[in-house]
Amino acid sequence: MNEKNHYIQGKTGPWEVVIGLEVHAQITSKVKLFSGASAAFGGDPNTQVSFIDAGFPGMLPVINRFCVEQAIKTGLGLNAQINKTSIFDRKNYFYADLPQGYQISQFLCPIIGKGYLDIELEDGTVRRINITRLHLEQDAGKSIHDQHPSKSYIDFNRAGVALMEIVSEPDIRSIEEAQAYIKKLRGLLRYLGTCDGNMEQGSLRADINISLRRPGADFGTRAEIKNVNSVRFMGQAINYEIQRQMDILENGGQVDQETRLFDAAKGITRSMRSKEDAHDYRYFPDPDLPPLVLTDEEIEHIRVTLPELPDAKKTRFINDYNLSPYDAGVLSSELETVTYFETALESLKHQNEKSIKLLANWMIGELFAALNKDSLSIEESKVSPQLLADLINFIYDETISGRLAKDIFAEMWETGEKPDKIINAKGLVQVSDEDTIAAAVDKILSENQDKVSEYLSGKDKLLGFFVGQVMKMMQGKGNPAVINKILLKKLKS
Amino acid sequence: MTKLTELTLCEARDGLVKKQFSAKELTQTHLQKMEETRSLNAYITETPEVALKMAAASDEKLAKNEELRPLEGLPIGIKDLFCTKNIRTTAASKILDGYKPLYESTVTQNLWDAGAVLLGKLNLDEFAMGSSNLTSAYGPVVSPWKIKGDNRQFVPGGSSGGSVAAVAVGSALATTGTDTGGSIRQPAAFSGIVGLKPTYGRCSRYGIVAFASSLDQAGPLTKDVRDAALMLKIMAGYDPKDATSVNIPVPDYEKMLSGNIKNLKVGIPKEYRVEGLNPEIENLWSQGIEWLKNAGAEIQEISLPHTKYALPTYYILAPAEASSNLARYDGVRFGLRTSGKTLDELYELTRAEGFGREVKRRIMIGTYVLSAGYYDAYYLKAQKIRRLIRQDFEEAFKKVDVILTPTTPTAAFAIGEEPKDPVTMYMNDVLTVPANLAGIPGISIPASFTEEGLPLGLQILGPTFEEARILNVGYVLEQAAQFKEKALKLRTSI
Repeated sequence: MNEKNHYIQGKTGPWEVVIGLEVHAQITSKVKLFSGASAAFGGDPNTQVSFIDAGFPGMLPVINRFCVEQAIKTGLGLNAQINKTSIFDRKNYFYADLPQGYQISQFLCPIIGKGYLDIELEDGTVRRINITRLHLEQDAGKSIHDQHPSKSYIDFNRAGVALMEIVSEPDIRSIEEAQAYIKKLRGLLRYLGTCDGNMEQGSLRADINISLRRPGADFGTRAEIKNVNSVRFMGQAINYEIQRQMDILENGGQVDQETRLFDAAKGITRSMRSKEDAHDYRYFPDPDLPPLVLTDEEIEHIRVTLPELPDAKKTRFINDYNLSPYDAGVLSSELETVTYFETALESLKHQNEKSIKLLANWMIGELFAALNKDSLSIEESKVSPQLLADLINFIYDETISGRLAKDIFAEMWETGEKPDKIINAKGLVQVSDEDTIAAAVDKILSENQDKVSEYLSGKDKLLGFFVGQVMKMMQGKGNPAVINKILLKKLKS
Repeated sequence: MTKLTELTLCEARDGLVKKQFSAKELTQTHLQKMEETRSLNAYITETPEVALKMAAASDEKLAKNEELRPLEGLPIGIKDLFCTKNIRTTAASKILDGYKPLYESTVTQNLWDAGAVLLGKLNLDEFAMGSSNLTSAYGPVVSPWKIKGDNRQFVPGGSSGGSVAAVAVGSALATTGTDTGGSIRQPAAFSGIVGLKPTYGRCSRYGIVAFASSLDQAGPLTKDVRDAALMLKIMAGYDPKDATSVNIPVPDYEKMLSGNIKNLKVGIPKEYRVEGLNPEIENLWSQGIEWLKNAGAEIQEISLPHTKYALPTYYILAPAEASSNLARYDGVRFGLRTSGKTLDELYELTRAEGFGREVKRRIMIGTYVLSAGYYDAYYLKAQKIRRLIRQDFEEAFKKVDVILTPTTPTAAFAIGEEPKDPVTMYMNDVLTVPANLAGIPGISIPASFTEEGLPLGLQILGPTFEEARILNVGYVLEQAAQFKEKALKLRTSI
């Protein structure tokens, strides 16, 4: 692994940023972690709450095995140790949206132990970020403070929803790495189907632990920025925090160990509570829940049902399809992109290197540009993978030229028509018939005698001019290779 | 004919089947007794309408000669710690003011499914924290037992004080209790009835207001051993809604009452000769040993070396769990709310007003022992000792089949004469808490009287899920002790 330095130059010398991320990922599950209530997003307030989630007297939690499987799946995806015995603890604190007066979490014995995630940076460097642990816990409800001048309202729909807290080692050294990490993690979770990765709805949110130190020195005092819910905000928050901490340190001050909030509107972080106000959570094993015990069979069963993961896919794309590492990375990192790619690939007439490469180029080029222009996600693409494959098939067998294909794609994008329909309707089929092309070549050459003389006297570049003229005459339908071949033959004779 | 309120549960069952009386008559008689004995304050909530409706439904079934459910038409009382759907459930605390659950506890549901009739909800120590029933927000329960020529009122024991008083006085055929550190066995001993604490995990805790989750266990309070066997059969069973309940078949305990204990090995733990053990109780213990010996059992002295740590261990673990379990009573979603200007003030005012002194004391002890810096020294150490105590019993049960001890170190005390410092009060539990810490079953059998005429009990402990065995030993003791006959004489002489 490349140990490139990311030092930030301050007024008094270089600083190294040290970042660790605690990512809260909501588990994709129909029901909550310890109750049968729905875990769907967006229900009317307090319509998805069981007596268990609301902490009513005598109610008891029972673990939802599906959520456990999801955690194991994620652990396997993170190349992590699966702990066959883990323990649920109570994290005790009072808050209005915490109905039991404690959160059920895993403190000393989490379900997943050490693992790692390899991230790729823009310059192609690969960095390994170590994962400390992953544990299961319940989410709290939501306090709503803006509905009434003096009252707060509480929505318990989210209370009891299953979360995975994924904790990284303080291995991250820059904004780019932090963003690459969260993107990679999000992609992985979505591949696995264990979290929908929706940051806007709060299904994925990160607490950022950040500190500065002189290169080679011990870790500095860290601040924790809570609940950052977009990749962009993460960049802004870290950037602000670097400046803030550097100002303090360079002026001889000390960074307080504290919890801070990111204010997205102002792009700043501000203090939420200091170390002195930190809760004493009085963790202890939840007596309502026996230790969570997993068997080897259970873990193996999940391991064999794992889908092919991004890193493996990327390697396969490079090895089998001869795609460049960059293209392979782009096509494999997001579940939707790879699904599109692989669906289109299924519809290719010739699943060979050339055809697949064409498909890759067209996706990364034309398709992404069109999506970008209309601000659409790939699932919303106006050209389906099957239709894009159809178009590639026509290019591959030279029914149409690449140039025409761009026009056809544009029309497909606008009208949703199939490529063969557009080709037929407009008579855009590529002409490769040598007699037809020879006739056109003869006409152009006779109309441009002067240019022919110039060419023959050594101005080779004029070949392009002749090709263009023939193409123009044939309304772009001529097969460029054939035109070239005949032109050269005629000019020689 | 015997008065209907003097019948045992099993006698009443047989009477109903033989149509000697109807479920309605049986229920009405008990409701009448409930009214007559209101001064005992055994019931927090009386539910005569519910009772008569349930009894009428049972009479219909009885009339049709359908196959009868095991508790068809039998009126019972429920400790007010079990949630009952649409019926006020208080845990004897002000903080649950006006609370009516919209769900039913599994144990009570089992009882209704078996045909039992609900008479009402019974008084207890607040959140089951106490050994006297003096901590109830609804006032103390008065024991039906009195001393000849003495006007003092006695405590029934606790925390299931209402449950034992109702059975003892005949205002319920049987009742449910819960036992966290002795709350079934101790009041059963004080009140001259049978009280059984099953193995942890035998009865579902779903819908029972939690005190200390790793110790709480529901069980029956009855007039005799046979009734306890019948009640437990219905109350027990695996419940997928309680992750700590155990999936082991429930045997027919009543059928297993053979009265034969020939060659059964009975252990007598030397460490239970604790300081403060009343000489009368020492005598009773010796008497119990004699009775079992006469029935063919082999007596063997055993050692449970960590016994002396049981009480302090219990008074760390139980409050620790309670401090967390009771955090949900915050005035936000149900029960009492005392408004404040801020959220913290709402919590403080609500909890200050809603909880009584003993509950507050235990919440504070529990919070303290779980706090950073004290956790290792208290909670963690107590957990380790708990394991040692469990091992003590495991070792002992390799040598003996059951263990015989007194249930309590003293007889009931008079209301107003209770120990004023909590630690002395906690000594009441010294002989009962080890079973909770070990998770093993225990039963208290009324066996004798103090010289003044107050009941005393003997406790039988068994290995996990050996309820049938301790019931059978209890059955032998019951026949040898002739407690009921002696009690009748005593009572008629008052």
